Amino acid sequence: MAVLVIADHDNATLKEDTAKTVTAAQKLSNEVDVLVAGQGCKAVAEAAGKIAGVRKVLLAESAELGQGLAEAFEALVVPLMANYDAVLTPATSQGKNFSPRIAAKLDVAQISDVIEIADSGTFVRPIYAGNALETVQSSDAKKVLTVRPTAFKAAGEGGSAAVETIAAPGAPAKTHFVDQKLVKSERPELTAAKIVVSGGRAMGSAEEFQRVIEPLADKLGAAVGASRAAVDAGYAPNDYQVGQTGKVVAPELYVAIGISGAIQHLAGMKDSKTIVAINKDPDAPIFQVADYGLVADYKTAVPELMSELAKVGK
Amino acid sequence: MKVLVPVKRVIDYNVKARVKPDQSGVDLANVKMSMNPFDEIAVEEAVRLKEKGAATEVVAVSIGVQQAQETLRTALAMGADRAILVQTDQDLEPLAVAKALKAVIGEESPDLVIAGKQAIDGDNNAVGQMLAALLEWPQATFASAIEVAGGKAKVTREVDGGLQTLELDLPAVVTADLRLNEPRYASLPNIMKAKKKPLDVKDLASLGIDAAPRLKVVKVTEPPKRGGGVKVETAADLVMKLKNEAGVL
Repeated sequence: MAVLVIADHDNATLKEDTAKTVTAAQKLSNEVDVLVAGQGCKAVAEAAGKIAGVRKVLLAESAELGQGLAEAFEALVVPLMANYDAVLTPATSQGKNFSPRIAAKLDVAQISDVIEIADSGTFVRPIYAGNALETVQSSDAKKVLTVRPTAFKAAGEGGSAAVETIAAPGAPAKTHFVDQKLVKSERPELTAAKIVVSGGRAMGSAEEFQRVIEPLADKLGAAVGASRAAVDAGYAPNDYQVGQTGKVVAPELYVAIGISGAIQHLAGMKDSKTIVAINKDPDAPIFQVADYGLVADYKTAVPELMSELAKVGK
Repeated sequence: MKVLVPVKRVIDYNVKARVKPDQSGVDLANVKMSMNPFDEIAVEEAVRLKEKGAATEVVAVSIGVQQAQETLRTALAMGADRAILVQTDQDLEPLAVAKALKAVIGEESPDLVIAGKQAIDGDNNAVGQMLAALLEWPQATFASAIEVAGGKAKVTREVDGGLQTLELDLPAVVTADLRLNEPRYASLPNIMKAKKKPLDVKDLASLGIDAAPRLKVVKVTEPPKRGGGVKVETAADLVMKLKNEAGVL
C-alpha cells in the first residue's frame, strides 16, 4: 500500500529533507507520493516530482497552508489518509508542529524522530536526549512518523512524477496568522550546511558570540550554530540551537567553540563527519567525540585559526 | 481566566540516563527525578499571567505514578493554586496522555492550556498538538511570548529562520519553548505553603479513556559510541590536519 511524504519547503524551494524522507518512505513501500502544501509553490511541486522513485506529487495551495498553520495541515492530510498506510514528515519545527495532530485525529501513535526503519512496523528512535535508542513495534493500522533527515541519504534525481492539484481545506476558524519575521541570512541553512561553526556559553555575551563565531563561520562559508546553554543565556537566537531539543545536524565539518559538550548537544551533532573542538578545559566531554581537539582559550585560538585559514586561501 | 498546566515527572535534567543491561528500558531506580524543564517554563508562564492579572487560577495536572505528587507540589510552590494527579503505574504514550488531559479538561473547563513542548525522557514533542487536535482547539507550539487579552491569546512562535505570531481564540493550547521565560526557584515559605494547597488524586481508570499502548518497546539500547580523536597543539596544526588528513577544507 502507498505511503505519503509531506514535503519540507519554504514555498520557493524544496528542502533536501524531503528527498531524505522519501528514502525512509521507500523502506515501507514502492508507492511513495509527495504532498506539497503551501502557497505559490508550484515550482516546489515540480522539483518534488524529479525525486527518483516518487509516484505522484499532490499539490494543495492556500494562504493558511503557506503560513504553515497546523490546523490547515491536519484538515488537508487526515482525509487523504484513506489512501495511504503511512505518512512521513521530516522532523523539522514545521513537521513537529502539525504531524501529532494528524496522528491524534487518526487515533494512532506518532513515532517521533525515526532514525531507522527495521521493517514496515518496527522503528528506531532516540530517547533521553540521545542517551538511548528505543526500538518500537507499532500495532496501529496507519503509521504516522516524523523522520530525522540526517539519518537517511537523500533519494537521487531522475524522477518524472506528475503533479496533481488537490483542493485545499477552508481557513481554520480560531487560529489567525498575524505576522512572520524571518531573518534574511546570506549563510547556508544550519541543517543543510556542509560546515557548521557553533559557539557555547564560554562566549559570555551576544556581542562576543557575534564577534567570534560569525566571522569564522563566514570565512569557512559555514552556518552558525549554538549550544543550548548559549541560547538559554540569550547569546544566540533559538533557531541556532543544535541538540536534542533544537536542530540535529550532520555536516562534513562541525567546529565547536567554547562548548563543553553536554549530552543534549552531542545528540544534535555527533553524526557529523569531522568534529573539531576548541575548549580551554582539557576534560570537557566534547573532546570525547572530537576528531581534532585543541585545548586553548577561544580568545587566542580563534584569531590564530582565522589567520591560518587565510594562509591556505580561506 | 483559568490556566491548566500539564506537568511530567522525569529524570532530572542533570542526570545521565543509563540503559538497563537487559535492554528493557532506562534505569530509573535511585535516580533523581524532577519536573520536566519545559513544563517548569509552562508553570512559570501561567503563574506570571496570574501575577499580571490576566489569569485568575492556575491548575497543575500530572498523569503518572504516586510520586508525581512531588512534581505537583513543586508546581504549587512556584505559584499554581491547586493540583490534580491522575494516578497510574502504566507508562502512557502521548496519545493516551492527551486523552487523559482532554478528560480532565472536560471537568475543569480551562481557558488556556500551557504545556511544555517536549518531555526530556520520551522526547516525543506530541502531547500539546494531540490535545489541541482532540479538543478541536487552536494551537501555538514553541512559544517564546504569550499575551492574553479579550478572549484571545497572541503567541509568538519560534520557527525556522525567525518568529511567527499567531492569534488564537480561547480556549487554546500553547506549548512552551526554551526562551519563553526563566522559571523561578520556589522559596522556602512558598514550599511550606504549597503543602497546604489542594491536591486531588484520581485514578486513571475513572476517566474512562482508552489508554492502551499502541507501541511495543522491543528493546532499548545504547547509541553507538563515537571514538575520540587526537589533540592538536596549535591552530596551524589543526588547519593542516583538516586540509590534508580530513580533507574538509
